[in-house]
Amino acid sequence: MEKTGGSRKKPLKRKGATEEPQEAAFVKDGATESEVQPPKASAFPPGFSISEIKNKQRRHLMFTRWKQQQRKEKLAAKKKLKKEREALGDKAPPKPIPKTIDNQRVYDETTVDPTDEEVAYDEATDEFASYFNRQTSPKILITTSDRPHGRTVRLCEQLSTVIPNSHVYYRRGLALKKIIPQCISRDFTDLIVINEDRKTPNGLILSHLPNGPTAHFKMSSVRLRKEIKRRGKDPTEHIPEIILNNFTTRLGHSIGRMFASLFPHNPQFTGRQVATFHNQRDYIFFRFHRYIFKSEKKVGIQELGPRFTLKLRSLQKGTFDSKYGEYEWVHKPREMDTSRRKFHL
Amino acid sequence: MLRRKCGCGLPGSVMAAAGARWNHVWVGSETGILKGVNLQRKQAVNFTATGQPRREEAVSALCWGAGGETQILVGCADRTVKHFSTEEGIFQGQRNCPGGEGTFRGLAQVDGTLITCVDSGILRVWGDNDKETSSDPLLELRVGPGVCRMRQNPVHPHVVATGGKENALKVWDLQGSAEPVFRAKNVRNDWLDLRVPIWDQDIQFLPESQKLVTCTGYHQVRVYDPASPQRRPVLEATYGEYPLTAMTLTPGSNSVIVGNTHGQLAEIDLRQGRLLGCLKGLAGSVRGLQCHPSKPLLASCGLDRILRIHRIQNPRGLEHKVYLKSQLNCLLLSSRDNWEDEPQEPQEPSKLSPEDTEADELWASLEAAAKRKLPDLEKTPGALQTRRKKKKRPGSISP
Repeated sequence: MEKTGGSRKKPLKRKGATEEPQEAAFVKDGATESEVQPPKASAFPPGFSISEIKNKQRRHLMFTRWKQQQRKEKLAAKKKLKKEREALGDKAPPKPIPKTIDNQRVYDETTVDPTDEEVAYDEATDEFASYFNRQTSPKILITTSDRPHGRTVRLCEQLSTVIPNSHVYYRRGLALKKIIPQCISRDFTDLIVINEDRKTPNGLILSHLPNGPTAHFKMSSVRLRKEIKRRGKDPTEHIPEIILNNFTTRLGHSIGRMFASLFPHNPQFTGRQVATFHNQRDYIFFRFHRYIFKSEKKVGIQELGPRFTLKLRSLQKGTFDSKYGEYEWVHKPREMDTSRRKFHL
Repeated sequence: MLRRKCGCGLPGSVMAAAGARWNHVWVGSETGILKGVNLQRKQAVNFTATGQPRREEAVSALCWGAGGETQILVGCADRTVKHFSTEEGIFQGQRNCPGGEGTFRGLAQVDGTLITCVDSGILRVWGDNDKETSSDPLLELRVGPGVCRMRQNPVHPHVVATGGKENALKVWDLQGSAEPVFRAKNVRNDWLDLRVPIWDQDIQFLPESQKLVTCTGYHQVRVYDPASPQRRPVLEATYGEYPLTAMTLTPGSNSVIVGNTHGQLAEIDLRQGRLLGCLKGLAGSVRGLQCHPSKPLLASCGLDRILRIHRIQNPRGLEHKVYLKSQLNCLLLSSRDNWEDEPQEPQEPSKLSPEDTEADELWASLEAAAKRKLPDLEKTPGALQTRRKKKKRPGSISP
């Protein structure tokens, strides 16, 4: 193989043996080599692109060569920019903020304005009003789909240590619509059903009881306590604090209030445990930590408890009735997921 | 007290009044607020009787009052019917309509009398007295429990139809006897020989014939013909797998548009029972649907707190979307034709406002505002005409 010109980037990396017969067979390659010698985008021959090469190995070679060239140019440009910044010193313009999907988010018109009276009235009189007015305190029933396997059972047990005043019951194949009136008569305020598929928990139904909304979530990335690295000791009986991050839209507010109503409302926290529901890009991350303030600004945290990720599938008005209930919000992938920068929570 | 959102610097009450007349859609919400939406100026205005939203006054039924479309009758959850004037933008009076239990399922107005029907099946006709005290009803009928809808025949205002859960469709003539004129029969047992349950959620009278269309909670659309000897439905079509909650007739063509609890809207042809097409966009249960009588526009509102105006044909798609902050229960679409050509706002209040001394400065400042607004008005008709179904968000508004 002739090595013509300096534009050849990897003369010897090719497997010579495999290349030889191909080189012999494809006489055209000689012509193409000479054509790509002047680096790409020249006027001769017009409109040639690497994707027009029919030979896959050759095309791959040309592409890797082009990619390396791009990388080199990019590195050179970066170095140049850095040098210019150093040369300018203090007068350098501020660094441009990189675009991320979060900061390119399409503005949602349903974002709640804290000063809005109508939304404030709506929230003050919704189904969670009795919790936020301290008239009811939460009592949770945790159950699973029928015949759960080990992971799900352990997740339920761990969840019941995380959520105070919660009880785990075995679901003996009972219909939810029959369980709910019984729960209401026994003063339960919320029902959590962890759905399981192929021995792993994959769904969560959270139903606020007297007549409140029912949220159906997809659950993923479930990590039980023993799977969490560098974790602290088991949680104690103290009531945890709650952190709700990033629930900005009206729907997000409803879901945030739903999560908040699971935990007793007590601003004087004792114990240094905190449950966090962090919403980012419509995924809600649940974490449970113990914190300790080492100084005014420095805090140390230990992760306890299970961790999982939730994604809202539907919010139904009224208690669980998936067939005849009215839905406040349903996730429709083909209509709502068309833009990568639009989020609903 | 009343919240308004407007670019002009007019005194508040005058603006609300002037604005109220030109609202295209009136929507009733669960928090008791009646919202008037003007799609041309892209504003939504809230109207409440007491100035504060109250959940006990959740609007459950809306209908036009006497005298064209200048008055709206608002049926609230506390069993009062309030009169609202669109010309003046204020609630003019209310009357208490007790009797039976549940919320209003139908409200209608004929010859100065008011027809109300509640959930437990008490249908009453109330005489028109302007006193606030409730008098005895002129007529009372027991329709059967579990009523979901009472609808008035627009051609024969004395004829109403009622239907509900396990309450078959009945057509009543209020001037006739106390027995229904037409009582529908349930369809035959299904292929397992089980009784098919009944749950009529919405009823519409078909114009130019005696037929009625109902949509059910078991996702069926049925056409009944009282003129035919059979009391069973003449046509039955199904759509989807969720209860159909609202229905409206399309202008001209022989089809209906139905909405279900998942926010799916579909147009169903009544000649063959075929699905003609669907409309996208709603995320929550559809509570109110209405088509414009001449234009191919459909207004829909639901539990996702957004009012949407869709174009039904050439091409089918979303025109306007308005976020209205409260869950919406029912709507009324004004049937006037001159949607786009509105007379210039500044000329109207000059006749109404009594303060002439500061009027001149106001009008001077207003000329500027009107001129500023013109580019907007230019744009919106242009946007309406050049309708390209791209991902561009149509003018979405928030009050």
